[in-house]
Amino acid sequence: MLIFSFFKTLTDQVITVELKNDLSITGTLKSVDQFLNIRLDGISVEDPERHPHMLAVKNCFIRGSVVRYVRMASRSVDTTLLEDATRREAKEAKK
Amino acid sequence: MASIESYVDHLVQVILYDGRIIVGKLKGFDPRTNLIMADCVEREYSTEAGVEMIPLGLYMIKGDNVALVAELDEEKDSTIDYSEIKAEPLGEIHH
Repeated sequence: MLIFSFFKTLTDQVITVELKNDLSITGTLKSVDQFLNIRLDGISVEDPERHPHMLAVKNCFIRGSVVRYVRMASRSVDTTLLEDATRREAKEAKK
Repeated sequence: MASIESYVDHLVQVILYDGRIIVGKLKGFDPRTNLIMADCVEREYSTEAGVEMIPLGLYMIKGDNVALVAELDEEKDSTIDYSEIKAEPLGEIHH
């Protein structure tokens, strides 16, 4: 639930999603769900010469199971808040 | 919640786990990303020749195989000459 909540705080930020087939897509995070499925708007592909497969695509839904990485600007993230939340979750899990 | 509800009755491009690209009209879906798509066409990319369009018909695609569902910009799509596009097919999803 923590990472789901983390992604919810990132909505309307620009992120880059790298898929497990090496395709990298940059776009604005519109929504996320419990499976960490991602809706991206205004997308562009990182290497459009190698991947012209998405030329006519503006928005997409990415299944959570195929995401390898999600990259974002460091200023979008409060790492201290994340650390605190992680410690709290770990405490809850231990109980 | 990330949903593809807004894509219903629109032309979508689905990328499957094995790298295949299927374009069709999304008629239905469920929480497991099982999809019903009408008038499907597979777009086969190769480095040798232009994109080959293979008509398929009405399909139910099992959600296990779905990597990405993208909303196709029909206007933009009609301006692209796919017979000129040469590219490597997309890679398979590797866990």
